[in-house]
Amino acid sequence: MERYDYPHEDVGIHTTPAVIEPGHTFGTVTDKISSIVLRKRTPMAWWIGLALSFMLVNMLMGTITHLVLTGIGIWGNNQPVGWSFDIINFVWWIGIGHAGTLISAILLLLRQSWRTSINRFAEAMTLFAVACAGLFPLLHTGRPWLAYWLFPYPNTMGIQPQFRSPLMWDVFAVSTYATISALFWYTGLIPDLATLRDRARSRMGRIVYGMASLGWRGSARHWARYEMAYLLLAGLSTPLVLSVHTIVSFDFAIGIIPGWHATIFPPYFVAGAIYAGFAMVLTLVIPLRKFYGLEDFITDRHLRNSAKVMLATGLIVSYGYMMETWTAWYSANTYEEFMMRNRFFGPYALFYWALILCNVIVPQFLWVRRVRHSTLALFAIAMFVNVGMWLERFVIIPISLHRDFLPSSWGMYSPTIFDFSMFFGTIGLFFFLMLLFLRFLPVISIFEMRTMVPGAQIKEEQQ
Amino acid sequence: MAGKRKVRPPTYGLMAEFDNPTAAVAAARRVHEEGYTKIDAFSPYPVEELSEAIGVHKTYMPHVVLAGGILGGLAGYLLQYYVHVHYYAINVGGKPFHSWPAFIPVTFEMTVLGAGLFAVFGMLAMNGLPEPYHPVFNAPNFALASRDRFFVLVESTDPKFDRERTAEFLRALGPREVTDVEH
Repeated sequence: MERYDYPHEDVGIHTTPAVIEPGHTFGTVTDKISSIVLRKRTPMAWWIGLALSFMLVNMLMGTITHLVLTGIGIWGNNQPVGWSFDIINFVWWIGIGHAGTLISAILLLLRQSWRTSINRFAEAMTLFAVACAGLFPLLHTGRPWLAYWLFPYPNTMGIQPQFRSPLMWDVFAVSTYATISALFWYTGLIPDLATLRDRARSRMGRIVYGMASLGWRGSARHWARYEMAYLLLAGLSTPLVLSVHTIVSFDFAIGIIPGWHATIFPPYFVAGAIYAGFAMVLTLVIPLRKFYGLEDFITDRHLRNSAKVMLATGLIVSYGYMMETWTAWYSANTYEEFMMRNRFFGPYALFYWALILCNVIVPQFLWVRRVRHSTLALFAIAMFVNVGMWLERFVIIPISLHRDFLPSSWGMYSPTIFDFSMFFGTIGLFFFLMLLFLRFLPVISIFEMRTMVPGAQIKEEQQ
Repeated sequence: MAGKRKVRPPTYGLMAEFDNPTAAVAAARRVHEEGYTKIDAFSPYPVEELSEAIGVHKTYMPHVVLAGGILGGLAGYLLQYYVHVHYYAINVGGKPFHSWPAFIPVTFEMTVLGAGLFAVFGMLAMNGLPEPYHPVFNAPNFALASRDRFFVLVESTDPKFDRERTAEFLRALGPREVTDVEH
């Protein structure tokens, strides 16, 4: 951190660190980023991380095998709590994915050039988070091999899915989101794959990157269409990302369970998703730039901006919690009031107050500049938010379900070991995919970084 | 280097190599103004001025994406209409069969999906990709087109193309070198 110690800050003069350290040229940017994939020795930490995450992936595989052979009864959810870890984790992962789209699409449209060095990475995060998210509802169907029944297709059973159900909307929203995120990511990769093709020394590398780059040659005609397509994809992804979490929130808001049936859910869920996503970006980026020496490209400016987005979305989420409480009181509805009292003082009250601590109280430290400027503090706060956002879904889902309208149908919920092995297994899968991505693809968009280099802009001479 | 070009007709064209974008744009503009039509330019990152310099002023991408969006949206809505009004009309909670507000989310998602698929695959198709082999890859140093070099190409099929005179003209634009591109 010493190298980013800006002396003038003590005097109180506001300075913003650059989004790219000075002294870089097209060549150095290209070499530095592509060397992670092509030249450098794979760091030991990478192998350790891969081994650890691979162990968790195996745990996931074991759990899924047991689940498919035995049935979803191995999980703790049962009447009255029909939804629990499976949906908590689904919403948690989807939410994490949203920051990737936000960074790559919305910040592109807003011309926030600082996004350039973290967008590729954030898009990969989206893709892998959505893959982890998709596993939960898929396996919760109990018969995942029949999951294609969710899609409308002509069949001999003569039946069709129910399009008036938010669960069907979810199928379309999440599968569209996964498809568009993958396309967006791959489109962004094409020119960089061409760079790797041209710089790979091994024959294998040239062939594989060559095939993947589709023969990209950087023609000005191609760039013109490419840029337009990329911009339009960003424009499409922006409403898409908002719609996905809106529809995820409809899964609850359309239901009549107290604690779910609230009109504030869509904006509150979207803000929560961005909040969780930026926390995950910080969680991943802080160790990443350290291990790979990428402080030149992922500067303190990126961390500080992410912290500010986290603070802003955290306040929206806090407002959501306040509104839930206020609505419960203002509705004068016995069940709504009871739901809130049950959250505050019921058997799961500990989780509610832990949520308030993680998501409302701890992030307030981000108001302090010294905290925003401390990498360690940011990492710690991001971890709190990661946990807090998981707790939020725990509070919304099982705590609302376990005591609804009729006391005779109340019950308690506790997860089993397979709930945990499935959850930590997907965390392993996420890191496993992330590490493979770090090793085999450029983690920072090289061609976009070239546009940030001084000299990239055309100097118009008088003609 | 520049004077010692091997004559091995038919060549694909002549390639001028530049090491900064400003020179490449100026050269591309001169080549275009000179009346050459079968020209192209190559850069390691998108340079809007470069595509404009070779006469690419608009693309049809927005139209393609719009068409994809309309097709996707129509397909999404009509699918739900067909399923719930004709093929599998069942009464759910007393709602009408054609309960259009409930059809909006899927229609929206399908609109975005259609537009996104058309954007990516339309862009690739209009660019003629994937195209693993292309003669320009034969140009010396062309591997640097994906690193830090800029190239301007005049194809030999251009009506104004004359190997000697075109090479002279390109060399006058201040490139690092001018080379033949073999087929």
